[in-house]
Amino acid sequence: MSKKTLIVIGNGMVGHHFLEQLVTTPAAADFDIKVFGEEKLLAYDRVHLSEYFSGSTHADLAMETADWYAENDIDLHLGEQVTGIDRDKQTITTPTAYYSYDELVLATGSYPFVPPIKGNEHPHCLVYRTLEDLESIRASSEGAKTGVVVGGGLLGLEAANALKSLGLDAHVVEFAPRLMPVQLDTDGGELLKRKIEELGVQVHTEKATTEIIEGADARLRMNFSDETHLETDLIVFSAGIRPQDALARASDLAMGERGGIIINDQCTTSDPHIHAIGECALWSERIFGLVAPGYTMARTLASVLNGDQEAAFTGADMSTKLKLLGVDVGSIGDAHGQTEGARSIRFNDEQAGHYRRMVISEDGKKLLGAILVGDNSHYDTLLQYALNEIKLPQQPETLILPESQGGAPTLGPDALPETASICSCHNVSKGDICGVIDAGCSDLGSVKSETKASTGCGGCAALLKNVVDSELEKRGVEVSKDICEHFPYSRQDLFNIVKVNGIRTFRTLIRDHGKGHGCDICKPAVGSILATCWNEHILATDHVPLQDTNDTFMANMQKNGTYSIVPRIPGGEITPDKLIVLGEVAKEYNLYTKITGGQRVDLFGATLSELPEIWEKLIAAGFETGHAYGKSLRTVKSCVGNTWCRYGVQDSVGMAITLENRYKGLRAPHKVKMAVSGCTRECAEAQSKDFGVIATENGWNLYVCGNGGMRPRHGDLFATDLSDEELIRTIDRVVMFYVRTADRLQRTSVWMENLEGGLDYLKQVVLEDSLGICEELEQHMADLVGTYQCEWKTAVEDPEKRKRFREFVNAPSKKDPVQQWTTERDQRRPLLEGEPA
Amino acid sequence: MRARTNWEIVCTVDDLVPESGVAVWTEDGPVAVFYLPHRLPALFAVSHTDPFTGKNVLARGITGDLKGQPVVASPLYKQHFNLQTGQCLEDEAVAVKTYPVLLDGNNVRVEIPAANKESVAA
Repeated sequence: MSKKTLIVIGNGMVGHHFLEQLVTTPAAADFDIKVFGEEKLLAYDRVHLSEYFSGSTHADLAMETADWYAENDIDLHLGEQVTGIDRDKQTITTPTAYYSYDELVLATGSYPFVPPIKGNEHPHCLVYRTLEDLESIRASSEGAKTGVVVGGGLLGLEAANALKSLGLDAHVVEFAPRLMPVQLDTDGGELLKRKIEELGVQVHTEKATTEIIEGADARLRMNFSDETHLETDLIVFSAGIRPQDALARASDLAMGERGGIIINDQCTTSDPHIHAIGECALWSERIFGLVAPGYTMARTLASVLNGDQEAAFTGADMSTKLKLLGVDVGSIGDAHGQTEGARSIRFNDEQAGHYRRMVISEDGKKLLGAILVGDNSHYDTLLQYALNEIKLPQQPETLILPESQGGAPTLGPDALPETASICSCHNVSKGDICGVIDAGCSDLGSVKSETKASTGCGGCAALLKNVVDSELEKRGVEVSKDICEHFPYSRQDLFNIVKVNGIRTFRTLIRDHGKGHGCDICKPAVGSILATCWNEHILATDHVPLQDTNDTFMANMQKNGTYSIVPRIPGGEITPDKLIVLGEVAKEYNLYTKITGGQRVDLFGATLSELPEIWEKLIAAGFETGHAYGKSLRTVKSCVGNTWCRYGVQDSVGMAITLENRYKGLRAPHKVKMAVSGCTRECAEAQSKDFGVIATENGWNLYVCGNGGMRPRHGDLFATDLSDEELIRTIDRVVMFYVRTADRLQRTSVWMENLEGGLDYLKQVVLEDSLGICEELEQHMADLVGTYQCEWKTAVEDPEKRKRFREFVNAPSKKDPVQQWTTERDQRRPLLEGEPA
Repeated sequence: MRARTNWEIVCTVDDLVPESGVAVWTEDGPVAVFYLPHRLPALFAVSHTDPFTGKNVLARGITGDLKGQPVVASPLYKQHFNLQTGQCLEDEAVAVKTYPVLLDGNNVRVEIPAANKESVAA
């Protein structure tokens, strides 16, 4: 039998998901598959579109690579717009060719609705939908100061975030009396407005734009029906979507009155060979403008084409949980209480900025819907109650009250039925997860790759982990947190043992609380804990054998066994005299010299015995150790700040030097990096650091738990407009809490993600002192700052410690014969393996 | 006629660092001497050369025990070597050379095989 041809029009998230599903079914073998995309780019993640301005590229956002399409024999036609469908001949037309089909799938998505306002054709009036749109917005933002988003819904606020990350003064203009009118009620909308305004985005509600004309001080002026106006350099329309149904309309498929291609439960249109999925499809007179229902349609259609008679799309849950401009917003089910007899319970803490509303059924037994603003930590629990119709507790208000006021703990994974949907993006239920665990998955990673759970929007990550851990435990799989075979404890446990018992040596700790003699896992971890607790010199006799070679010799071992040296250059500020000393020392010892990413100078190729000699010279010139070898504070990177820069609003260099000198030498579970930017342009790339500080007109904004490296992560906004003192106090607390509670080799990002309650919990601990430990954290930090010593200074002054740096203890003048060198770009470097000398 | 073996004095007790290693130069090349005071015997000597990279670094590794065997971890790529047998724990096919070692008064002596003496003379 010859193959049939399946054509998919549209290569967006839903169209792509359909293909992903289809190729896993036997039906894939029956079809030659062709895909047409109007955009030139492969399907990408529109949900995270605004990340494009914070550094993500199309490749980061893409759902798959072109290789994937090739591997699955899918014929990809990108940038080839389909212009017509001939239903009788079963062909489609593009500007260049005709193609026949046996089955046709329309996944054309939607287009942004631009309200018919006079002047909306101005070149600086834009929309927010595709990467190309984002490029236009970026181009328009050149030379612009302000930007307005028309539309205060979910996408509008995303767009406002995008404008803000371009450095514009962002405004949101909404026709309705509140933000997100579909998802939120009046109180929720008010709170969201307040929070967003605190973040520097101006919100104008109940504004109907009558016309857009030339501005006096800016490019454009928007006149409103209430006779007020707003000047702006660019306008982004995000006032809703309309189904992209022109092709279907032109080929006389049945359409909804207000647009949308009518489909049945099998996602098939009025033509049995044409199907529609995603935002272009109208099911039961509804358009679904979220990705999860689109995915459900895609899965349904893949099953239908695979011959599954039972497969049917039966509607979708429109609950949403998002972080808009850093503010948590959640909306579940019947959020507005439109069900007959529905009643509401509201919790509104204006002080903390938390609003929660539950809509419950007349008999008080079921949760119908909910609204959350400011804190989404109750979302997962509430969603499970609503979706699975779990009977509410006697006093349902406990579900949204803070725990201190009698609030119930979150719903444990055990309470969920097998049918409970854990990941709605990929439709994974608790039962599916139990299934793959029974089939052999024994950790979170394998469950994720097997079920795809939590690989969509990622909103269910914490819930998924809870379910997996609980199911593994039930099956007797011990989720071991032991650091190694010598200690049945986690790093945090060991920290507490050391601190509480006043233990000062590894020997005592392993004798009393462990077994054996230790290893290269537990020894450095304990060394770090002892350093944090007691701050004794790392070369004190008892501590030497605990350290990794880099810590022992206070330099970084390179691949040929020599070391590199990084003196501290706080904030990247260095005098010409000191720079000359670095040059002279490097020249004398023939050290390869390179500028690091942290605004310092790295000197490579020193032998063990040269290290103290070199440091004697550096210390004499006023240098200190840079701790590049330690799990400790590395650098505080800075831009030049308001001292020189025309745009700087604070002294970023001064603050960077203060921070670097304060936290230098502090031993931590992993390296810690910081940066300070002098204005919102963010030249110091502070958001990619564990602690990022960005100057504002009124002080400093603090971002925490970012990192670069293998899995880059932007820091989360933690506190805004802090004074110098507040900034330092806040960082003191977070750093100390991290040092005390993180696992071995856990960067701040992973640590925070693993804290139960995540960022919000961390905020409570640090900003609201919910554990009552802030004073202790600050005191501990003050003690450490007070006992700082430059390890290299102490080492070169002590003959006993210097003995450690003999290459061969019985032949002090002997040079390691293994080292072989060559010259490249005028500097010395080690010979590579097999490279001729 | 040369003695079959040669017990070379490589350092004194004061040169040793408890729970750690020092490098010494012998007629057989670089050797790492480890002093683990909580074990009996407390002294171990293995080649200082990391067999995976050919670099002289093993004395600078962290010592300890894994499943009861005394080990050192290479500071470069962290493979573990049994200090008694020289066997690499991660790769059966790899081992480092071991040397008999003993304390003679205040001196530490390592036994250098005579056969190698000529070939390795630096």
